[in-house]
Amino acid sequence: MDCALDIFFLEAVLNGLLLAGLLALLALGLNLIFGVIDVVWICYAELVMVGMYAIFHFHKTAGMPLVLAIPLAILAIAFAGILLHTLIIRPVLDSAPINQLLVTGGVLFLLQAVATMAFGVEFKNIGLQLGSLPVGEMRFSWNRILTFLVALAAMLALWQFLRRTYIGTAIRAISQDRQIMPLMGVDSKQVYLITSAIGGGLAGLAASLMVLQFDIYPQIGLQFGPLTFMICVLGGLGNMVGGFIAAFIIAQFITIGGSCFATEWGYAIAFLFFMVMIFWRPQGLFGGKA
Amino acid sequence: MSAPRFNPGYVIGLALMIAFPFIVTTFFPSSQKYYLHLAIQILLWAFIYTGWSLMGRFGLTSLGHGAFTGIGAYITVLLWNQTGLTPLIGIPVAVVTAALLGLLVGYPCFRQRITGHYFALVTLALTEFVRLVIVGMRDLTGGSLGTQPQRYGDGISIYAVQFEPDRMLAYYVALVMWVIGLYIWWRVDRSMDRFALDAASQDEDAAQSVGIDVTREKLKITALSAGMCAFGGAMFGQYQMYIGPDTIAGLSVSLNMVFAVIAGGMYVMLGPTFGAFFTQMLAETLRVAIQSSAWLKSTLGSSALALDSAIYGLLLILFIIYMPKGILGTAIDWWEKRKSR
Repeated sequence: MDCALDIFFLEAVLNGLLLAGLLALLALGLNLIFGVIDVVWICYAELVMVGMYAIFHFHKTAGMPLVLAIPLAILAIAFAGILLHTLIIRPVLDSAPINQLLVTGGVLFLLQAVATMAFGVEFKNIGLQLGSLPVGEMRFSWNRILTFLVALAAMLALWQFLRRTYIGTAIRAISQDRQIMPLMGVDSKQVYLITSAIGGGLAGLAASLMVLQFDIYPQIGLQFGPLTFMICVLGGLGNMVGGFIAAFIIAQFITIGGSCFATEWGYAIAFLFFMVMIFWRPQGLFGGKA
Repeated sequence: MSAPRFNPGYVIGLALMIAFPFIVTTFFPSSQKYYLHLAIQILLWAFIYTGWSLMGRFGLTSLGHGAFTGIGAYITVLLWNQTGLTPLIGIPVAVVTAALLGLLVGYPCFRQRITGHYFALVTLALTEFVRLVIVGMRDLTGGSLGTQPQRYGDGISIYAVQFEPDRMLAYYVALVMWVIGLYIWWRVDRSMDRFALDAASQDEDAAQSVGIDVTREKLKITALSAGMCAFGGAMFGQYQMYIGPDTIAGLSVSLNMVFAVIAGGMYVMLGPTFGAFFTQMLAETLRVAIQSSAWLKSTLGSSALALDSAIYGLLLILFIIYMPKGILGTAIDWWEKRKSR
């Protein structure tokens, strides 16, 4: 192995840290949904993809400034989360969990196809380059640093929201006992809706950070979706802190593996690591509900 | 075990399937190749879907079978292209490898009681892992562009298991595979293992307590199902004479499998076959409709290619919400209710 402890290795580690912020944000939305509603949105990354296209459309086609396009897209995806819950999840809330997962698989196909029909298969880019920050011999793109910081801020904000507000407390309560809380006067229907909106909003936020770094194409969800599920399961599905830590572990595998061999191998090693870990601790590295 | 009931419908159906190429040749001599190609694709996918449903019907919803079809196709082709090893040996090697991988992943899953959506997500990781390895080994596999098995002579050979130029031959190869697939399904359906697995899928503790070795039963069905999918993937590659990480491996293949089986019906023998028929015909009908209509072509443009997956997705949602037993399963239920009335 030719990647000794040199400057490239350090750069890979730090880039991994920056990537981890984004992955942690992606995992956070999915974990919130799972923790509260007990449903896996397998189309979560596709919501992100739609958000990226929304920003592209608002910014490039409709000519809005980014500061307007991004909040608008976040709102749109939050609304998409509400729609997804009302139209698709609610009718299957009492079916087998696997049916709930598969029904969102249908949404995955649908969103991908609609995006292809609306925007074509070409790669799109909003073409915003913020330059890079030189640190010694290393360079870190500002896009990535910004992503990391916003992701971190969003996670802290959600944390505070869940701790401090009444509705946040209700959300946490529902996630701990789905049967009892409705008896205590918590309207689970309303909590599910708000959670879906927040989950969608987080997907929209992730989208607005991803357009800074990646090209947009209809299959981008297939690249990030499996990664997000892996992080959530590794951290313990529904366990937000676990997901946060798992994102940092997985991101290191991806960037270090990627810089030692090739990009795919970084991902392949991460998936292999995931499978081995899950056999060892099926409930995830950090406990949580089995 | 009771003697198999002999349903005359099956005999007539099979006779029609055997006669199909001749019927097509007689009535549509000019488009014989096209109809046979459609039929071959349906039969090959039906075999793969039947293999998946062996696990799916017992609540083992795997998103990992795209890995097995990929392994089947890639090991067969790589052995042939790189070492010249005949697929007559290469395919069994691929099938055994896939079955072993199924056991390797299945064992910890079943021991640790990973079920439901956890099982789906872990097997999804397997699919991604295999796809990434295929893409990563691009010197051998051609990366994301895929690769082709080297043509042997005129492309029809038992030694190279190549039959693509002769559609008649290919059809009968696919038909025999399909019948074998249904036979396996039928054998499983009539075995004691089926009852054991049914029990385990409903209540694992209860099944265990009456002496069912749940892990062992699940492993058996996993190895069988993985092996079948690998065989199907290998033969699909041999027929297409092309393999790509997205056409025969990967998440979309896995999801297509699940969708087709759900659409057709997971719990009846011909359900997966009907699912294959339904999905292939849907895609093909849309393609033909768009090709032949200037209006559709101009309104949809290049995006027409995605119309079929949009409709797939929509139908998948509707099926799971309103018709979880699939088209054929629901139809059979309806028929039997009507008969008994």
